[in-house]
Amino acid sequence: MNRALGLNLALAAGIAAAFVLSLMAGKVWIPLDAWIAGDPRWPIIAELRLPRTVLAVMVGAALGLSGAAMQGYLRNPLADPGLFGVSSGAALGAVISLYFGYAASAWLLPVFALTGAGISMALLALLVGRSGSIIVFTLAGVIISSVAGSMTALAISLAPTPFATSQIVTWLMGALTDRSWDDVTLALPLLALGAALLACTGRTLDALTLGESAARSMGVDPLRLQLLIVIGVALCVGASVATAGIIGFVGLIVPHLVRPFVGNRPSAVLLPSALAGALLLLLADSLVRALPTVSELRLGIAMSMLGGPFFLVVLLRMRRRLA
Amino acid sequence: MSVLAAEDLTLQLGGRRVLDAVSARFTPGHVTAVLGPNGAGKSTLLACLAGLRTPDDGRVMLGGQPRDAIGLRDLARQIGLLPQGGDVHWDIDVASLVKLGRYPHRARWGETEADGIAVARAMAATDVTRFAARPMTALSGGERARVLLARVLAGEPQWLLADEPLANLDPAHQLDTLTCLRDFARGGAGVIVVLHDLNHAIRVADEVLLLCDGRVAAHGPPADVLTPQRIVDTYGVAAHIATTPDGLRFIVTSQMARS
Repeated sequence: MNRALGLNLALAAGIAAAFVLSLMAGKVWIPLDAWIAGDPRWPIIAELRLPRTVLAVMVGAALGLSGAAMQGYLRNPLADPGLFGVSSGAALGAVISLYFGYAASAWLLPVFALTGAGISMALLALLVGRSGSIIVFTLAGVIISSVAGSMTALAISLAPTPFATSQIVTWLMGALTDRSWDDVTLALPLLALGAALLACTGRTLDALTLGESAARSMGVDPLRLQLLIVIGVALCVGASVATAGIIGFVGLIVPHLVRPFVGNRPSAVLLPSALAGALLLLLADSLVRALPTVSELRLGIAMSMLGGPFFLVVLLRMRRRLA
Repeated sequence: MSVLAAEDLTLQLGGRRVLDAVSARFTPGHVTAVLGPNGAGKSTLLACLAGLRTPDDGRVMLGGQPRDAIGLRDLARQIGLLPQGGDVHWDIDVASLVKLGRYPHRARWGETEADGIAVARAMAATDVTRFAARPMTALSGGERARVLLARVLAGEPQWLLADEPLANLDPAHQLDTLTCLRDFARGGAGVIVVLHDLNHAIRVADEVLLLCDGRVAAHGPPADVLTPQRIVDTYGVAAHIATTPDGLRFIVTSQMARS
């Protein structure tokens, strides 16, 4: 219990520190003493870095929480929120808007992405039906994400201009570059609602540790749980993809990082995963801005580059345990 | 104490009639052993009683009320199920696992005093208190089975349904588990346990419900139900019943001579 509280406090402190760091970091390093209205560098902080930083916290927390909830629900430490088709659906929506060149309006792309997420969520609910079965759920998610993925590939290959193609490909890599307060306003209510729904699942996920039969005999309503997970993850992931593109690995890695500290109980992993997700994305986004590259490294790529070696470590550790 | 009863339960699975008009009244305070050959419908009957399966026909009555009229959570407080196999999907510690049994009683926030008492009592009854802090993966098969039983006991159900709780246990742990079940029944709760070993049924059961091909073949005290003739009829094996010098009855089975 106390270890969990300690970890949460440490993570919260880390987020506060990383938040400040993220406001300072970038091509132009802005020290603390320039943080006053009137300083010529202040608009960079207020209009560019602050919304971007807030968005990194929100998206990171939503992805971390979704990952922890998905792993708890599927009882599989390799489950990822992307498994479930919603991020591919959201990406497809965004790609369609880019394909038709609608991206000129700042609001249209996220709205298309959210529509895509909503449609894939509805499809998922429809495919799963009233069974409440986890295997059907996983299969339906795989089907939706592969169909959405192939449609996205189709849109890329048929894109009207090379410019559209490069725009699509770049967007798919995920980033928080040039995000504004509009994006924050759009995503915040959706992410908050999704996170609230997922936060309700903690104890039920714990009960699911004993398997479906035992959980049902303890009064778990599998249909209600599935609905909470589907809508909660769809809101979190859909709104994240709509504002930041696809940022993989956060939902997959973060629960692994916190389990050594708080134990394996799914409900104990939820809050620290949200906090650690926020911290991870804050740090990664500060890093891509601070790196001396010609054009900014895409956040989605940075996360995947971190994710690969991370899973190598997980694999090596697992192999040692099995040997 | 509420009475649990099956009334004319009929259930088809994959075109096969797994339960065929099964009726039985279970007595609180008794251990009822459900026996029968593989595929006789024992586990399915338990699943119907616990509310995991809905019969095509007939109904389950609990305390004079049809089961479907009782809410999920209410039902879960009254009936505890120890499923076959005993999956534990995350490596959590023993105390946390036993606490999961309080799920049907959960308060909105935190743990109540009643939760703590029930968990401590369940862990004492199954003798798992001393490894409360150990992770589940560090337990032997026998210890693990006792922890899983403690989880059900922690829910303080009026009915405990156990599906083959003795599988994979050595003789000493088998007898320990049976004693646990029996003590729980002596406390006033009803215990319904699916068993395979006829001798275990003799050791522990107050009543035996013998199923064969989805029907009730016999229901009554073990000595009345488990006669050599009935064992031949249901299991197709010859049975010899004898008594040890200190008065324990036992059954030895052998293959029937082919005629």
